[in-house]
Order: sequence, then C-alpha cells, then structure tokens
Amino acid sequence: MPPVVKIEEIHKIYDSGEIPVHAVRGVTLEIQRGDFVALMGASGSGKSTLMNLLGCLDRPTRGRYLLDGIDVSQLDRNALADIRNQKLGFVFQGFNLLARTTALENVELPMLYGARKFTTKQIRERAMHCLDIVGLSQRFDHFPSQLSGGQQQRVAIARALVNEPQVLLADEPTGNLDTRTSAEVMGVFQKLNDEGITIVMVTHELDIAHFCKRNLILRDGVMVRDEAVSNRSFAASELEKLSSAEAAAKLTGAKS
Amino acid sequence: MRFGSIIKVAIRALLRNTMRSILTALGIIIGVGAVIAMVSIGNGAKAQVEAQVASLGQNVITVFSGSMSSGGMRGGWGSAPTLTIEDAEAIEREVTGIVGVSPEVRDRNQVLANGLNWNTSVNGESPSYPDIRSWKIANGAMFSEQDVRSVAKVCVIGKTVADQLFANSDPVGQTLRIRNIPFKILGVLDAKGFNLFGQDQDDTVIVPYTSHMKRLSRRTNISSILIQAASAEVIDKVQKDITEVLTQRRKGREPDFTVRNQVELAQTATATTQTMTLLLAAIASVSLLVGGIGIMNIMLVSVTERTREIGIRLAIGAHGSDVLMQFLIEATILSSLGGVIGILLGIGSSQLVSHLNGWPVLVSTASVVIAFVFSAAVGMFFGFYPARKAAQLDPIDALRYE
Ligand SMILES: Nc1ncnc2c1ncn2[C@@H]1O[C@H](COP(=O)(O)OP(=O)(O)O)[C@@H](O)[C@H]1O
Ligand SMILES: [Mg+2]
Repeated sequence: MPPVVKIEEIHKIYDSGEIPVHAVRGVTLEIQRGDFVALMGASGSGKSTLMNLLGCLDRPTRGRYLLDGIDVSQLDRNALADIRNQKLGFVFQGFNLLARTTALENVELPMLYGARKFTTKQIRERAMHCLDIVGLSQRFDHFPSQLSGGQQQRVAIARALVNEPQVLLADEPTGNLDTRTSAEVMGVFQKLNDEGITIVMVTHELDIAHFCKRNLILRDGVMVRDEAVSNRSFAASELEKLSSAEAAAKLTGAKS
Repeated sequence: MRFGSIIKVAIRALLRNTMRSILTALGIIIGVGAVIAMVSIGNGAKAQVEAQVASLGQNVITVFSGSMSSGGMRGGWGSAPTLTIEDAEAIEREVTGIVGVSPEVRDRNQVLANGLNWNTSVNGESPSYPDIRSWKIANGAMFSEQDVRSVAKVCVIGKTVADQLFANSDPVGQTLRIRNIPFKILGVLDAKGFNLFGQDQDDTVIVPYTSHMKRLSRRTNISSILIQAASAEVIDKVQKDITEVLTQRRKGREPDFTVRNQVELAQTATATTQTMTLLLAAIASVSLLVGGIGIMNIMLVSVTERTREIGIRLAIGAHGSDVLMQFLIEATILSSLGGVIGILLGIGSSQLVSHLNGWPVLVSTASVVIAFVFSAAVGMFFGFYPARKAAQLDPIDALRYE
C-alpha cells in the first residue's frame, strides 16, 4: 500500500522579515497508513512549520508533497481548503473551538464546509457519534467555557474526526494540559489509532512521545532521528499508575 | 457552504452581540425612518396640490393680465387688468379646439340677504364657467347667454355663502343684494373646498360678467380669461394660438398678458414642495450613508475581533468565498433589518405628524420598496470591504492572531 504521506526534499523559507528564515531544510519522510508519529524537537526547530506543510495550511518553498497520492504542493487556495476539509483533521494546542458555540455545533462545523452535502439530521448524527467516540456525548450542548481543558481538547478531536480524515494532525495537543488529562487525550488518540486512523502529532515531552509508535526528531529544520518506540506507554496503565500515585499521596497526606 | 447554514451562522453571530447589533442597525433605522417620513410628507403635500389643481377643471388654460417676460412678473397676475371682452371674443372666434371661454372679473363685496350680511368674492363669469371648472350646480341652474346679453341681475352662489345667508331655507329663487342691487339667485354650486392658495372656493357669488362690469365694478377691463381646450392633446396648440391672437391684437406693443395651462400651474405650485421633499430626502439620505459607515466600522471591528474564528473556519476547509458571504450576509441582515424597522418607524412618525399637524401624508409602496432595497444595498456595499478583508486572511496568521 502506498504511504498516506510522502514528502521529498521539502524546504520552507520565510522571507517576510528582514532576513529570510530557512525553517525546514530538506526533509524527506514517508508515513504509512495506521502509523502514530510523534514529531519532537527543541523550540524553533521547525516542528510547527513542518506540521503546517503537512496540514496543507502552507505551501513548501521547494520539494514535493504527496498526500494520499495527490501532489498538493502546487494546489491553489480553494483546492487546499478542500483537501484540509476532506482528508485532514486538525487538533491545535489552544483547542481553537468557536466561543459561545456548543460542543455539538463546533463538531458539526467541518461538515458544513464540505463539498459533500448532508442533511441537517445526518450532520447532527455524525457529530453526535464523534462526540461519543471521545466520550463527551452527554455534554453536547455545553459551551467551550463550560468545559475543562481536557474536555475542550476532546471536542476538538471530535471535530477533527467528523469528516473521516486520512490523517489526524495535532500540534502540541497536550501542551496546555496537566499530566492526567494529557494521558486521557493520548488514550483517545491510541483508541483512534487502534481503529486505523493515522496520527501525526508534535510534542516536546518525551513521555507523551512514548504513547506513539514512531518518534521523529527535528533539529534546525533537519530530520536527525527517525525511530520506532520500543517501550511504548499505554494510556490505561499510565492512568492507573497515576491514580495509585495520587492515592498514595493522599494516604501519606492523611498520615502526617 | 449551504446558504441556509451561512444565514444561520450570520444570525448567530449577530445575536451573540445583540446590543452592538441594535446600535449598529440604529444608524440605518434612523436614516430609513427619516427618508420614509420625509418622502411621505412630501408626497402628501404634492398629492394635495395635485388634487387642488385638478379641481381647477379639465384642460383649462388661463390668460392673466400682466406679463411674465424677461423683466419678471410685472404688476402681478391680474393686478392691473389690461384684458378686454374683445380679447375673449377674439379668442372664442379665432382659436379652434376650444369648448368654452369665460371672461372673468373679480371683486370683493358685502352681500346681503335675509337681514344677514357677508363679505365674499363676487365674480363675473360666462355661463360656461361651471363646465370649464367641472363644477356642478347642486340646486337650481346656471344663468344663460341671454342673461349675459341682457345684463341680467341674476347669480349663482357657492355653498359657503348659501350656508351663511340661507341657513334654514332654499336660496334658489330668493334675492341677494350686492351693492344694494337685488340679484335673483338661480342656483347653488356644489361644495369644492379649498384651492391651491388655501382660499375657500365655495365662498363666492357668480354673476354674468356683463352685469359685473356694468352694474357692480363699472370696469371696462377683465381680470382674466378662462378657456377650456377640447382635449389634453390640443392644449399646447390652443395655448399657442391664444398667444398669437392676443399678440396680433396688440400690434407690436409689449405683451401685457400671460397664458398658463393647468399643468404649468401645477408645476409652479408643486415646485416648492418638490424642492423641499428632495432637500429633506437628501438630508435623510446622508443619515443613511452615515448608518452605512457605522456598519462598515462595526464589521471591521468584528472581523478583527473574530480573526481567530476566521482562522479556524479557514483551517477546517472554509473557502474565502464562504467567509466573504458570512460577513456580507451579516452586514446585509443588519442593514435590511434596520431598514424594515426604519420603514415602520417612518410610517409611524409620518402618521403621527399627520395626526398632530393635520398635514396630508402619503406612504407610497414605491418609497417603502426602494428604502428596503437601498438599506440592504447599503449593508452589502459597506459590508463588502470588511468581508473581503476577512476572506483574504491567511489561515496560519489568523490562527496565530492574539
Ligand atoms: N510566519 C513566520 N515568519 C517568519 N519566520 C517564522 C514564521 N513562523 C516560524 N518562523 C521561524 O521559523 C523557525 C521555526 O519555527 P516553528 O516551526 O514555529 O518552530 P517550532 O514549532 O519547532 O517551535 C523559527 O525560527 C521561527 O522563528
Ligand atoms: Mg511550534
């Protein structure tokens, strides 16, 4: 089977400022269907730039990008928008939900912009199903301000899933979350990945990267390491460990 | 994106800032309200004037003494009578396409009857006068050509005079004394109301012009000549022929008369109201423009505030045109809703003015439709720039915007 993501010698140079910034310097990469990749690297190493390229939010300065067999490096604005809508799902560090809009309506949003036409009922059912996958179907009528960070991120994941994308892209999805909710979100990702969804995520936390199957390390815009994760963490057991640690903390707290 | 969804999104965005939306629409509300009120009042005034002009009669041409040549109005219409009976006779004889001619002599006099007296306008006219003015005799009959030839002491009276002097009896057949000369009342005219200049047309006594000139005013000149053309088509030609006949009779002397038809009179009379209406509507339109700029201002603020929202929409697959439509429709809903409220407000306030001041108002369907379309167009026009600004945002920049 051909790789779902295939980039060849891709470069990105920002020349909006006084001196051009060469943020991505010739990255070549293949990601197979069903893979679960963590992209790591120091701040400023070009992780977000590469994610924006993978997410078709930006065009490479040089190089070729084949997404699901389609060369997207030369597509125009609207064609890229359609690719983002149909083939990709995004999860951002800052959740980026529409304020004062219910969880359900947030999840429905990508379906409204799609080329495929759905009835209002179909849209509603599909969005509810995705909220169910992330375990938030009871809170469908809550506004983002009424949800915790972890819940907001799960709504964002449901939104990313609603158009059944080929690849789920997440730029530091746990960056704003504490350890427990991070593990919960990673649990959702692992569940989705088990069901066959390809996931690429950025993180700078090693223990988060260990939930993935494959780790990539970027330094100054160059891919310096690409390796499979040997001692993979699993959300269920990590959460159990966290619970017992917390219980222990409480016990010691009670004794003293 | 489907149109229905875009409208839903736009309405939701407007409801999120209800107070701001209302304040923004207020500019349009006031603008449209003012335009509707002004145009309604102006149309009412115009309709009234037109009704009064119509009450002059059908296809009526009036010859006044005095000229309105390049030197302006010399002496004023009818103020220095220079027209003669012979002029009127010459017109009747020589101009074709005429159905009636009435030489007019005007005067004010004290009239007596039943031991009561009343000051009224006493006019000398020909028997065709009621026909020319489309004025029916309610009771009795008009005097005849024979009465004119015989300088008869007969008259017909207006409704007001009849009410004042003969409150409890039928005036027809009774006697009215003008300058102590008894005139027999042959008929009473229908009520006609006020004329263009606010005068009560029913406050009048009409006698044969010969009787007026020989028995009452003792004048040799007449004030004006009323002529009725056979149809609207010939009115211009008749008017030209009259001018020609009168000019020839004056053998090269400077013209001392003015020929006006009803349409021209109407134009003169409505010119001021029309100018006023235009002026007021123009001022009101300026407030509509200001309302539009208000919408643009708020939409620009809104686009800046919602940069992140736009970024999210673009990132998940909205086309620039979807975002453009969203903001354009938001602005259009805002302005056309303001337009509807403004129209209601304008109708309400013009009715109030009509109620309080007794001014005639006329709310025309055209003005309502135009006001609505225009307010929607204002929203689209002033919403376009902010909407395009939103549509052209780069998704990454918009997402990163704080
Ligand atoms: N829009 C931009 N314009 C100019 N330079 C940029 C822009 N975005 C990122 N950069 C630069 O590119 C480099 C890589 O940035 P980024 O991809 O955001 O790194 P990371 O996400 O790994 O922290 C940095 O030096 C950053 O300053
Ligand atoms: Mg980054």
